[in-house]
Amino acid sequence: MPAETNGHIATGTPRIKRGLAEMLKGGVIMDVVTPDQAEIAQEAGAVAVMALERVPADIRRDGGVARMSDPALIKAIIGAVSIPVMAKCRIGHFVEGQILQALGVDYIDESEVLTPADEEHHVDKWPFTVPFVCGARDLGEALRRISEGAAMIRTKGEAGTGNVVEAVRHMRAVSQGIRRLQGLRDDELPSAAKALGASLELVRETARLGRLPVVNFSAGGLATPADAALMMQLGCDGNFVGSGIFKSGDPKRRAKAIVAATTYFDKPEMLAEISTDLGEPMVGIEISTIPREELLAARGI
Amino acid sequence: MAIPTSTSGAAVHAAGIPSPSAPSDPVGVLALQGDVREHLAILNGLGVDARPVRTAGELAVCAALVIPGGESTTMARLIEAFDLEAPLRRAIAGGLACLTTCAGTILLARVIEDGLPGQLAFGVLDLTVRRNAYGGQQASFEAALDVPAVGSEPVRVAFIRAPTIESVGPTVEVLACHDRRPVAVRQGRHLALTFHPEITGDPRLHALFLRGLEARPGAGAPTG
Repeated sequence: MPAETNGHIATGTPRIKRGLAEMLKGGVIMDVVTPDQAEIAQEAGAVAVMALERVPADIRRDGGVARMSDPALIKAIIGAVSIPVMAKCRIGHFVEGQILQALGVDYIDESEVLTPADEEHHVDKWPFTVPFVCGARDLGEALRRISEGAAMIRTKGEAGTGNVVEAVRHMRAVSQGIRRLQGLRDDELPSAAKALGASLELVRETARLGRLPVVNFSAGGLATPADAALMMQLGCDGNFVGSGIFKSGDPKRRAKAIVAATTYFDKPEMLAEISTDLGEPMVGIEISTIPREELLAARGI
Repeated sequence: MAIPTSTSGAAVHAAGIPSPSAPSDPVGVLALQGDVREHLAILNGLGVDARPVRTAGELAVCAALVIPGGESTTMARLIEAFDLEAPLRRAIAGGLACLTTCAGTILLARVIEDGLPGQLAFGVLDLTVRRNAYGGQQASFEAALDVPAVGSEPVRVAFIRAPTIESVGPTVEVLACHDRRPVAVRQGRHLALTFHPEITGDPRLHALFLRGLEARPGAGAPTG
């Protein structure tokens, strides 16, 4: 990229798209379905909100095809808060992506929580000015999404369950994949790249950094401050919390507590205090009771 | 000029500039939320003992404090919830110098426009800032910025949902402007930026801040 003279600017560069995710680190991004909820999330200290019509727990309950939210709702939520607003498009549905960009959202989540629009291709995210976040279950998925232009990665977890077990599995899988790369000789990386289905350049960069080249959040099933701290101790950069806040007994208090636990994730005495007297958490679902075809994490690999 | 990536760039640039004498006491980076890692990497590249700060105890041992980019409303909530406002005020009144980027500059400003109702503003910097003044993320941008105080080579920086500085008080020195508005200012030993040199990896503004620490509190800072 040539150096530019003072006054000339470049928008939508990879550094600018990844840069906003860097600013979200150590923070909590909360699912909201109304402008009121968005304000509660902002007041509680969320670093961003995810605007959607139904939280994953309701999408799971209702069944049917889940699509991008109504632009009217997204605009109302953008108007209600001054923190960044994200919104979801279906996997591979680049026109929903174009519409969300036109609406002025700050980040797009190309999300397996919605019904995929393309079973083979994800959105080509490079041409967009707005950055994208994508879910991943392991290192190969994460690097393939980054190759397609994702500026941020999150675990898939199993959204809408209130059960953190899948997010833990995915976070550990990504971290183990990276540690394995770091143990390889340079001349062994091409074979590793082939096995991961990822580009050699990205594999080399990941091995050198010892982390993904973009910010990596956790998502999918977090319901308590302890869940948020667990994911941080496992090495993620921040947390998405979906149904876990507004499906709980006292959303305001729980939202504040999850924000605090994400910052003080490694201080058990503080976590004990933070976790006290929060009311009922959302009711969780045991993953093994979910029919295989209803699991969201297997979408878009 | 080669464009360095965020962490490896510090060493590359550091080789080309006079190394500041690193302060012997640690420099803290307020680590409640935000791009803490990038600031720690640049400070470490400059030979500084840089440490994340999340508690009053961790703050007490610091010679200076970086308040990073992130979400100013989130940091404000955490400062209030964990009783960090009074220790921060005491430390700054006692001479703790601050380098602030983006959200950090909002936190230390005297007046915040377009903030939340009652949003915490420390009033340390005699500035009026406006949050998200350029618009949303799609208006975020990179630019090459002339900052004469750090040399003739422009500094490549990132403005990410950046605030603007709408007005400055009489004791504030403007070090750089973009679009005719101040974006880098100095007040005593404090250095406040609306952008992110730590994202692009150019360490010269951090080095300028560290050189300013050698000046006695209250004495005019050197012009670099």
